[in-house]
Amino acid sequence: MDVGLLGQFVANGMMLGMMYALVAVGFTLFFGVLDVIKFSHGDVLMVGTFAGFSTYLGLSAMGIDNAFVQLIGVLVVAVCSMAFLGAVIARYLVLPLKSAPPLNILLITLMLGTVLREAVRLFYPDGSNPKPFPYLLPTDTWPFGSFTLRADSVILLLGGLLVIVGVHVLINKTKMGLAMRAVAQDEETAKCMGINFTMIVLLTFALGSGVAAFAGVMNGLYYNEINFSMGLLLGVIGFSAAIIGGLGNIYGAILGGFLFAALQTVGAVALPFSSAYKDVFAFSVVIALMVWRPTGLIAEKSSERV
Amino acid sequence: MMSVLRKSAGSAIALAMALSLGAGIAEAKETVKVAFIGPLTGGVSANGIGGRNSADLAVQLRNADPKAKYEYEMVTLDDECKPNVGVQVATKAAADKNIIGGVTHYCSAVAIGAVDIYHKFNLPVIVWAAVLPDITYGNKHKEVHRVNGTMINQNDVAADFMEGLGYKNWVIIHDTTDYGKGHNKYFSEALKKKGGKILATFGVTSEQQDFTAELTKAKALNPDVIYFGGLTPIGVRIRSQMEKLGFAAEFQGTSGIMSDAFIAGLGPLAEGTVAFREGAPIDKLPGGKFFVEKYNEQGYGESPEAYGPFAFAAMNLLIDSIEDVGPDRKKVRKVLNKTKNRDSIVGTISFDDHGQNTVAAITKYVVQDGKWVVWEDSEYVSGKRKLPGMM
Repeated sequence: MDVGLLGQFVANGMMLGMMYALVAVGFTLFFGVLDVIKFSHGDVLMVGTFAGFSTYLGLSAMGIDNAFVQLIGVLVVAVCSMAFLGAVIARYLVLPLKSAPPLNILLITLMLGTVLREAVRLFYPDGSNPKPFPYLLPTDTWPFGSFTLRADSVILLLGGLLVIVGVHVLINKTKMGLAMRAVAQDEETAKCMGINFTMIVLLTFALGSGVAAFAGVMNGLYYNEINFSMGLLLGVIGFSAAIIGGLGNIYGAILGGFLFAALQTVGAVALPFSSAYKDVFAFSVVIALMVWRPTGLIAEKSSERV
Repeated sequence: MMSVLRKSAGSAIALAMALSLGAGIAEAKETVKVAFIGPLTGGVSANGIGGRNSADLAVQLRNADPKAKYEYEMVTLDDECKPNVGVQVATKAAADKNIIGGVTHYCSAVAIGAVDIYHKFNLPVIVWAAVLPDITYGNKHKEVHRVNGTMINQNDVAADFMEGLGYKNWVIIHDTTDYGKGHNKYFSEALKKKGGKILATFGVTSEQQDFTAELTKAKALNPDVIYFGGLTPIGVRIRSQMEKLGFAAEFQGTSGIMSDAFIAGLGPLAEGTVAFREGAPIDKLPGGKFFVEKYNEQGYGESPEAYGPFAFAAMNLLIDSIEDVGPDRKKVRKVLNKTKNRDSIVGTISFDDHGQNTVAAITKYVVQDGKWVVWEDSEYVSGKRKLPGMM
């Protein structure tokens, strides 16, 4: 295999990995602060993408066709509306069930995901068909032999990286992040220290959902095609990535995301069987990893939870 | 719920029509139930809904006809294009003794799972769009008929045609359902006979989002054509991701991508995509004009899509048979089996021993300026436009 081809595979895998990582970060954030698994995460991503897409249609209808303005509009609306939706879900579905068995939350969010998915399919105009997501990024390409570098892929990767760095800074360097970590470590003590528990939970859900919306828009810009079921597999993969990384650990989630993308690429390219089995391969490896390291590759520091 | 509303609204309209004509109301007609099954939700629902409307149109027209012996009621069921759901709804229809026959299935993967059920319950059905050969040829069920052609004819024509354009090397991508696998098998066989070369074959799942790995590998082999055996949603993804990778091969599809949704999903990128389908386009069908007029009169919100006329023809054929011999499954089955040289809006229908319509003309299509255009009428034929890599 020549270098150009290898480069192309790596570039493809990086893009995928970035999207998975962004989804996985959400799962891990929610689990971190509240010990819950929010299965509607992938569908929130999808709703965010459709919100962004509608914004684009709206802006175009208003006669604003500057791609940069449109891009900003799409991102702001998608991220803000999903941050709001995430907070609403936390406030009215997750927090009231806080003392119920975790299975209830898992189930309720799983159902919510189906509701969101079906709602888009049924109520969005012509929602059951795939929609062409607009090209809002420069489409310059630089061919290097069999490797084609695209400007939009580079921008998307940098954008994703920026978001990850942003989340990192937010959690480790700000007061809000400190409060989040405090709540994650010990809810009772955090409350005693005067931290507004509800507010922190809502903010965390808003953050995770906003990041998911960003990943969704990124997905739309990369594939230029969105559909109502795009969140389903992304959700499952993001969740698996969070698990193999070590649920509750942000870096684990990122590592998990990239690892999963790498597994899929290897499964499709390097293995002798049909590429239809790439997910079978990737998920099998995830299972093996979970058996080997039940707490994930980067286990949480506080193990008292056991 | 929707279908119940639609139905009651439908019979209200029929009743009003009958009243205004002042006929057929003196004695109440016996109500006969017929089933329509297709994907009404999910990725290919546009096709299912178009078929549903078209079959409904056949029923409405018949109910408005004062000469009809029975009042028809269409029971609409959603198979979601999922084999497990399809088997459930097929059983539901077959187990209902009041349902005399059915017009069933767009998706091959669903139809192939459901045929045994129809056989078991003696429910005569007419497949309106699924193209897998085994649906009729893989069994000896007398209950199963099909008005549209199979993918064997489709792929023979496809291979012959593409070879004729001077293409030499193919990479095949197909989904791993029975539909995609069938297309792969029959196209590969047809191509081998013509001397075309298949450089690689990729099976992909029908839920897959990312194809960059497969396409990068395919691109390295430098084929002239990407053959895609599968349905619209992933067809759209593959075509648009080819563009992302700067992969300029010709994109060749099957009847599965022949929908308005494929073009809507791709925009200008759809240009130059070729695909093949049984029958002729609506405006070239013997009864095409009649169908389009009546369809528009009913004011359905959705387009009939590619296979609507087949659903209409199938429902008409079923109702004709019931009119002939009365609402009895076995008699209807017998009369359907004997169908020969029957005129319909999709052309003459003749069933062979397997219930397969033998008159299956294949039409070649190409996307030109955002529309599926018959190849012979396109600017590609005159040389005004060229497909990628065309000689």
